[in-house]
Amino acid sequence: MVAITQSTPRAPRRRGRRGSHSGVPAGRGVFARLTPYLFLLVAVGLLLLLTYLPAANMLWYSLTDWDGLDLEKNFVGIDNYVQVFTNPQIFGVFGVSLYYFAGSFVQMAIALYFAALLSYRTRFSNFFRGVLFFPYLINGVAIGFVFLYLFQPGGTLDTVLAWVGLSDPPQWLGDPDIANYSLAATSVWRYTGLNFVLFLGAIQSIPGELYEAAEIDGANRWQQFWALTFPGIRRIIGLSFILAIAGSLSVFEIPFIMTGGANGTSTFVIQTLQTAFSFRQVGLASAMAIVLLAIVLVVTFIQRKIFPDEKVELS
Amino acid sequence: MSRRTAFGLVAGAATAAILLTSCASGGGTDSSSNSIDGDVTGEVTFVTWRTDLIQDGTFDEYAAAFHEKYPDATVKFEGITDYEGELKTRLSTTNYGDVLGLPNSVQPDQFADFFEPLGQTDDLADTYRFLSAKSYEGVQYGLALGGNANGLVYNTQVFADAGVTEVPATEDAFLDALAAIKANTDAIPLYTNYKDGWPLSQWSGNIGAITGDADAQNAMTGNDAPWTEGTDIYAIDSLIYDAVHDGYTEEDPLTTNWEQSKVDFATGKIGVMALGSWAISQMQGAATDNGVDPSVVGYMTFPATTSDGTQYAVVGGDYNLAINKHSKVKAAAKAWIDFLLEDSGFTATQGMVSALLADPLPDNLAGLTDNGVELLELNPAPSGEESLFGNIADTAQIDIWGNIYRQKLVDIARGAADGDKDSYFAELNSRWADARAQQG
Repeated sequence: MVAITQSTPRAPRRRGRRGSHSGVPAGRGVFARLTPYLFLLVAVGLLLLLTYLPAANMLWYSLTDWDGLDLEKNFVGIDNYVQVFTNPQIFGVFGVSLYYFAGSFVQMAIALYFAALLSYRTRFSNFFRGVLFFPYLINGVAIGFVFLYLFQPGGTLDTVLAWVGLSDPPQWLGDPDIANYSLAATSVWRYTGLNFVLFLGAIQSIPGELYEAAEIDGANRWQQFWALTFPGIRRIIGLSFILAIAGSLSVFEIPFIMTGGANGTSTFVIQTLQTAFSFRQVGLASAMAIVLLAIVLVVTFIQRKIFPDEKVELS
Repeated sequence: MSRRTAFGLVAGAATAAILLTSCASGGGTDSSSNSIDGDVTGEVTFVTWRTDLIQDGTFDEYAAAFHEKYPDATVKFEGITDYEGELKTRLSTTNYGDVLGLPNSVQPDQFADFFEPLGQTDDLADTYRFLSAKSYEGVQYGLALGGNANGLVYNTQVFADAGVTEVPATEDAFLDALAAIKANTDAIPLYTNYKDGWPLSQWSGNIGAITGDADAQNAMTGNDAPWTEGTDIYAIDSLIYDAVHDGYTEEDPLTTNWEQSKVDFATGKIGVMALGSWAISQMQGAATDNGVDPSVVGYMTFPATTSDGTQYAVVGGDYNLAINKHSKVKAAAKAWIDFLLEDSGFTATQGMVSALLADPLPDNLAGLTDNGVELLELNPAPSGEESLFGNIADTAQIDIWGNIYRQKLVDIARGAADGDKDSYFAELNSRWADARAQQG
């Protein structure tokens, strides 16, 4: 990913230089020099208009006491940020993210297991791949509703548990000690497919001859996994790790649909939403959003410092 | 070539600028003839939250009757399901219809930024009910389409099966009735609708009914500890706490379902729900659909009696109709509002209290008045403090008119969160006091 972004800007610059030195008439030279920028204009313009302008706007809101409706926004400096960091009600909800973070390890383990398994020639492997990826294709809101019925007292889950003799199940969403596990499990169910596809793709990009050579050398499947597969997909695992952290900090859909953030399941994003729209404190909510962005950036930065993006040499 | 490109860009930008400014001025209120007293002509866009009435054709009938009365004017409808949420962002544009329901998130001191004044509140007071909520500094910005009484719906059959013969008039009698329902029937005595959340906010409509004080809500802005015995909000939240704590509510509140609760109520699986009187017709509908006699739906006020032995029920306006101040057809918009209030028969068919003082009360409130319950309309906030209540509540992050703090109350009462009634009320009081200090 990094390699691509570094190499792209270099190419047009070189071409532009060649154009100006090749002795064509001056007018065309100017135009030729402008051409790449004209091509860029639309894309950059849209990017600025739709991504950076709203982000800059939010930064500005975060320095005001705007309530979302007032025609005038009063500048309050960093008051909102002070409140984000000093109000325990706001920062406390990050504890909930730990459930999802732990869940993401389970998710990666399951995904890696199945990816390693299904990368070999297995019977019905395409079918199983489809089955594993399928949940990721379902709309998150629909998943929320499906699991809401699953977790109801006397719902599907309780019925199935009763078949295997487990009567008297707990309240999956009503019990505050269990609710976050239930929600994290739903999240695992949903996102395992995405991790699985990432891992599977990476595993399949490892040249087959390596495995042949390993087999000739007498390595068993387990040794092949640790010596070939795992190092081969280490970058993808690192990427999944960043996504897991960012994802668990900004969990939203599943708890919002299933509990609305009640019963101790509120996440930072749900709280931001409530601050902005239930309590009309758009300024404070913008500050919360910026703080979340900063935290994700810092975590990513630390992760890249600790696990630098080494080039993986397999051959 | 490049010069031509540059010229094209400038020309394009200029065109865009002209278009933008013309849009802006087109939406402005420059024309002096465009007032609510002018000629009734043009097409009125009515942005409405009643999507059901668009679908079943009720509004089309109104539109036809309106066009008959004012041949130069027509109405078209725009229904929005997530009305509050969507309107809140649309208000930052000028395009929010000509007539609309005034969103509750707009604070009184912001009315003039968005809506056309409809007249002096004092002048309108002889004709209309429910003016106080949308009045600011003596000027009226919205007229209620209709009003509701606040209280609780109860299933008369469940009450009879449980052996409760009298509608409870005190908190203790109410808790006893819930206990009897729990002991003698299979019904859930009190259904909170915790998961959907908004039904929990319905309890707040009873502020004022307990003490019979029309200034009960205004008094909270001057009180550092509103959750103290003797206030309305204390009585309401305390009753919820006790009912949940004693196990009279649904077993797993996280899986409640509003649509299902209507059926469960009608078929006798639920005893009581706290809802405004607007819910009566929906409950009766659910009863009819499930083959139950709609007379099982009873309505009572909050179970409290003032020291002089009177029971009160608070009546308040539903959504208020307001006119977009950027509208180009203000006269026709005002005519449409008048038509809806006076000629359409809307409130009568909906079982709501008419906004016109001259109209009689709807039949479904007969049960209240038969029991000697007095109807009470809350007083407006004193001049200059119209937005204070909302501002304090928002700063304290206590959504009196929402569900978040009350869900926490239910959680504590059922043992799912730390604390007890006293500790939570103490916390609410200190947050309220802090917010009061910040809001001056």
